[in-house]
Amino acid sequence: MKSLLNAQHIQLTIKRLANQVLENHTNPEQTVLIGIQPRGIYLSDRIAREVQAEKGGSAFPYGKLDITFYRDDLRKELHVPNQTDILFSIEGKKVILIDDVLYTGRTIRAALDALMDFGRPQKVELLVLIDRRYSRELPIQPDYTGKSIDSIVTQKVKVLWNERDGKDEVVLMD
Amino acid sequence: MALSTRHLLGIKDLTPADISLLLDTAKQFKEVLQRPIKKVPSLRDVTIVNLFYENSTRTRISFELAEKRLSADTINFSASGSSVSKGETLLDTVNNILSMKVDMVVMRHSASGAPHFLAKHIPAAIINAGDGINEHPTQALLDAFSILEKYDTLKGVRVAIIGDIMHSRVAQSNIYLLTKMGAEVVVCGPPTLIPKYIDQAFDVRVEYNLKKALEWCDVANVLRIQLERQNQVLFSSLREYNLVYGINRKLLDSLQKKITIMHPGPINRGVELDSDVADSDQSIILQQVENGVAVRMAALYLLAGDRNSS
Repeated sequence: MKSLLNAQHIQLTIKRLANQVLENHTNPEQTVLIGIQPRGIYLSDRIAREVQAEKGGSAFPYGKLDITFYRDDLRKELHVPNQTDILFSIEGKKVILIDDVLYTGRTIRAALDALMDFGRPQKVELLVLIDRRYSRELPIQPDYTGKSIDSIVTQKVKVLWNERDGKDEVVLMD
Repeated sequence: MALSTRHLLGIKDLTPADISLLLDTAKQFKEVLQRPIKKVPSLRDVTIVNLFYENSTRTRISFELAEKRLSADTINFSASGSSVSKGETLLDTVNNILSMKVDMVVMRHSASGAPHFLAKHIPAAIINAGDGINEHPTQALLDAFSILEKYDTLKGVRVAIIGDIMHSRVAQSNIYLLTKMGAEVVVCGPPTLIPKYIDQAFDVRVEYNLKKALEWCDVANVLRIQLERQNQVLFSSLREYNLVYGINRKLLDSLQKKITIMHPGPINRGVELDSDVADSDQSIILQQVENGVAVRMAALYLLAGDRNSS
């Protein structure tokens, strides 16, 4: 097991990502943040807070999306759904999807399908903490990346969060 | 994480963990039903036949909506207007339908045990939508879901089931579910409509006095008097039933607290419930119907498809 990012790294990375988002999204009325259940929400909670702290004023609308019903592997394994909370309209808005690790891209594909059932966004961007590059099974790429890493299929990247696991760390496991 | 059974034949076969899984999943499906597009693609590769040998409004429409919202293809079969009138057997009917590659069967039948019989002979997953006087598991699940919505828990909630307990599959399923989940159950009705020794067979108390039952309970689940099931007259008249066991406004107002009124439907207005009770703000009867779709979506979702874990 190898540690890729420690707590301090993660904090700096989140700060940088939040500033990158603000650089590209100057009109607060037009942009919304959506975290992907179950693990993307820890990152999206922090991004939303950091963006708000840097920006001041009114916050971007922030919601959570569960993609269980849109998965393409329903017949292989049963997944229990989590809460979806999107209490605002995404019609015509710029949506920033937030997840912890981008690997094959299937989760994001499912998230895009789910989003389309909520309305027609003007634009969808993707923000991830870790990009396992060269591992994609679908043509999906992030717009904001914390760290790109190379990994093989037998390895697993796990993001630990203080709220859930007691500490902030990104580890690469064999 | 999966259900411990392949079929949903009755609450009797479910563990408390199964019930919790069904109710938690139903909660997420209820959120789906609030979206602008009330549809998810999860079951788009599944074909389901609704095999209804008995009349139904609520249950059939509820199942059909649940199936459509999951993007499944649905076939409706009702006994009248089919080859059943030419004498085709149940097994023949089902095998013929299955040869057309139908994946799941939702079944309502007047014979208790019909879905269990079918489960032994066909490979498809079966959901019991009511069999004779045995069970009606999805009704009990949506009743429990509705109670959970109002009280946040089932443990320790006091539920009085009132009416024709003897002939009610809704009562049977509710008794199994509520006792498994730690609720307290009282059954109330005329002695002729309550099975003898029911309090020895199940963890329920019997109360023949309606007012006492209502004073004790948090929730009253009121059953319909099932005229079509009785071979003999078990009470002298509907009017007398209403006088002794009917719930009216005056009775509700005389209680110390505001109890919740439930009814599986269809209501015999003026018999077991007066209109000013059925339509009051204490009644969650229409919420029960709304929750029925979400609960049935959960059941279909959790049972569909073969999974490596099972």
